[in-house]
Amino acid sequence: MTSSPRPKRPKHPACPPPPLLLVLVHTAAALLAAAALLATLRTGLDERGTALAFGLLVTVGELARWTGAQVREAAPLAAAGALSYALLGADAGEPSRHGAAQVIAVVVGAALLGAVPHIARGQRGLLDHLARRVLTVGFAAVCFQPLHLQGTFSRWGGPAQALLLLALLALTALCDAVLAAALAHSRTRWPFGPLLRDELRALLGIGSAVCATGAVMALAVAVAGLWALPVFCLPLLLTQLSFRRYAAVRATYRQTIASLARATEIAGYTPAGHARRVAALGQAVGRDLGLSEPELTVLEYAALMHDIGQLSLVDPVPAGATAGLPAQEQRRIALLGGAVVRQTGVNAQVAMVVERQADPWPEQPVAARVVRAVNAYEEKARDAGPGGPLKALEELRLATAEEYAPEVVEALARVLSRDCLTLPAAG
Amino acid sequence: MEAVPPRARVYVACVVLGALCCLLPLPNPRASWWAVLLLAVLYGVCERVGARWRFAGTFYPVLLAGAFLLSPPAAALVALPGALLSPVEQRPRLLRRLWRSAQLVVAVWAAARVHRALGGRDAVDAADFPYALAPAGAAVLTFCLVLTVLDGGILAFAEKVPARRAWRGLFVRSLPPGVVHGLAGLMMAVLWRSRYGPVAALLVLLPMCVSWWVFAQYHRERTAHQATIRALVQAVDIKDGYTRGHSERVGQASMMIARELGMDEGRVEVLRFAGILHDVGKLGVPTRLLRKDGPLTAEERRVIELHPEYGHEMVRGISFLGEARAAVLHHHERLDGSGYPYGLAGAQIPESARVVAVADAFDAMTSTRAYRRARPVAVALEELERCAGAQFDPVMVRALVGALRRYGWHPAVTADGVPSPCPAPPHSPPSSRAGGHPNSVGRRAP
Repeated sequence: MTSSPRPKRPKHPACPPPPLLLVLVHTAAALLAAAALLATLRTGLDERGTALAFGLLVTVGELARWTGAQVREAAPLAAAGALSYALLGADAGEPSRHGAAQVIAVVVGAALLGAVPHIARGQRGLLDHLARRVLTVGFAAVCFQPLHLQGTFSRWGGPAQALLLLALLALTALCDAVLAAALAHSRTRWPFGPLLRDELRALLGIGSAVCATGAVMALAVAVAGLWALPVFCLPLLLTQLSFRRYAAVRATYRQTIASLARATEIAGYTPAGHARRVAALGQAVGRDLGLSEPELTVLEYAALMHDIGQLSLVDPVPAGATAGLPAQEQRRIALLGGAVVRQTGVNAQVAMVVERQADPWPEQPVAARVVRAVNAYEEKARDAGPGGPLKALEELRLATAEEYAPEVVEALARVLSRDCLTLPAAG
Repeated sequence: MEAVPPRARVYVACVVLGALCCLLPLPNPRASWWAVLLLAVLYGVCERVGARWRFAGTFYPVLLAGAFLLSPPAAALVALPGALLSPVEQRPRLLRRLWRSAQLVVAVWAAARVHRALGGRDAVDAADFPYALAPAGAAVLTFCLVLTVLDGGILAFAEKVPARRAWRGLFVRSLPPGVVHGLAGLMMAVLWRSRYGPVAALLVLLPMCVSWWVFAQYHRERTAHQATIRALVQAVDIKDGYTRGHSERVGQASMMIARELGMDEGRVEVLRFAGILHDVGKLGVPTRLLRKDGPLTAEERRVIELHPEYGHEMVRGISFLGEARAAVLHHHERLDGSGYPYGLAGAQIPESARVVAVADAFDAMTSTRAYRRARPVAVALEELERCAGAQFDPVMVRALVGALRRYGWHPAVTADGVPSPCPAPPHSPPSSRAGGHPNSVGRRAP
């Protein structure tokens, strides 16, 4: 899988200590795992066959974890297997007796085992992944297993039990989304609200598939015994494959757009790397403004292609700097660019953003405001020497009456000061 | 499929008659009508939603679960409303709907019959697990087999595809989805009969739906991606006034050569992209030069000759293009080593570049340019054969001659910039299942 050219936050030399929230989540997960392991060691494993089968499933799922492409649920098979073990109430008609502690212990062991090759390859983000897995599975198991062992559900009818599992899984998925958003927030310091919204939206996709598979596997094992596991992994495996192909074609698409954007650079209309820099900085600003994932994609594509209209000019603009041109000329180039982008069959919103990048900001969509401000900043700060970024920002602030949206300029200033993209002060 | 041949109509009528025979021994009144109703509605909804997402595929788990749960006529009945009401895009609509319904009814009936004969019903009731897989597997095989035989028949009758070619590969390709859908159907049936009831059975469909939806997204994204590449090329065509449609046609000719040489489908596709993108570097050449009338000076010629390198610079970041990137860089090399940019000779020139060079020259000769009229195909081929060995690879020239003799030259985009009225929809049997015929895309009979 190819790596996606998302902007990675540059490592700042004076990296702040990990935020409190992160430490808290990791400690909670570690404590829960340790307690469960101790309890299981003291009492020994109940129903070893079932434990082994589910452990194997989780291990295999973790081994097949996606790497590279950015996805919400990297190991859907492992997640579904762990959840179904947490909600398992019977095995081929016989009520099961493994408790919540054993569920957590088995899942932790299997997940650690499955993570070994990923650790060996030095992947990042594994700790967060494991903490999330332990906490969500722990939540589901602690909700279900004690009540099940007391026999609370035995008087309920079958359909009611199925619905109960579903409700529990929905609750678990919600918790997982909040946890994931909180972890991402404390790692990246992007605003929490939009992150949570993106996580919740992703629940409808692979999240619902994972939950439904978890519930169905628990029920199917209760009816048909462990044979249900291999039979049921297959549809989810298919889903996983489809997701992988989808991610791959998206990555390819992004490459194509980035190459298309380089056409203006190769043709000598714009300086090398300009489109890429505008896209990276624009995305950071968009995140700060709280745009959602699809909106950020539109913003990224539009930023990459914002200068494409210059290809239609017979003679290049000096240094490709459109921000200095008269407004009429800027708008003409933007319209030409919109026409080219419209032909590319990219999302029509991208063409709209490109078309309206030179309009006065009150009439623009948010993405176009970002493209306009970031493009102007990039052009002004590019060759202006050490004081350039600050001076460019100042010029942008002075032009907020008509050209650049004030909230975008402020977001840009925040991003620049946070990520230290400004050049270090001389002396 | 503008005019359906009479024998195809007769064939469809026969299958419809067969389907009616399957349905005729109406399910006995004690059979669970509500189960039939629920499954039929479910199937209908799935088909509708699938059509909304514009994804041509069929949702078999519901049908197969019906086959595992119900008596053969009742199971066949489940398929009927969904198939009759499902939207059909191509004309003649009524015939296609009838055909599709009849085909599914017969297939489901046969699958249910086989499943019952092998004692699958009791196995499902008792959730008797390794054994329940055997009758279900046999039923799925029957299902795929019946669909394949019927599909191959309609291809042979309606499209006059030779029967053997029509059946080749059809069955093997229908098996993997069949197996997955069959397993999901089996799980649905087992849960339906268990104490958890139909609610649990419905849950099985959710992962399948998500998988299906992602697959549709994948196809949509892929289409968008190809449109983007086309647009890249159109930008060149706009810049370079007189070569309208040239890139597209070179892509087509490259594809024909690659097929004739027996390359696998993946490579053929890459070579088509190579042909389409070969001149993309002209984006980097000043428009004034490209549009200049009259002879070029040596300096101007040198600037224009930079375009393969510009093009390579542009596409080298697109990993899926593979060897097409080399073709973009080297399509102006000559076999005797006097080409540009690197002056490679003979086997040093990548194979893909040799293919594109021949396709490029062929289209340049057969299309009208500002300074001369188009030459006939035969004259162009003679010219290519004359230059084979010095400028072009004789193998590629022979392949082009062979391919043109067999299929003729029917560029999808003509030199006048008017796309030909029928942009070659893949021949598909009247059923709207995905895939169509293996060899139909881009290979139209003369």
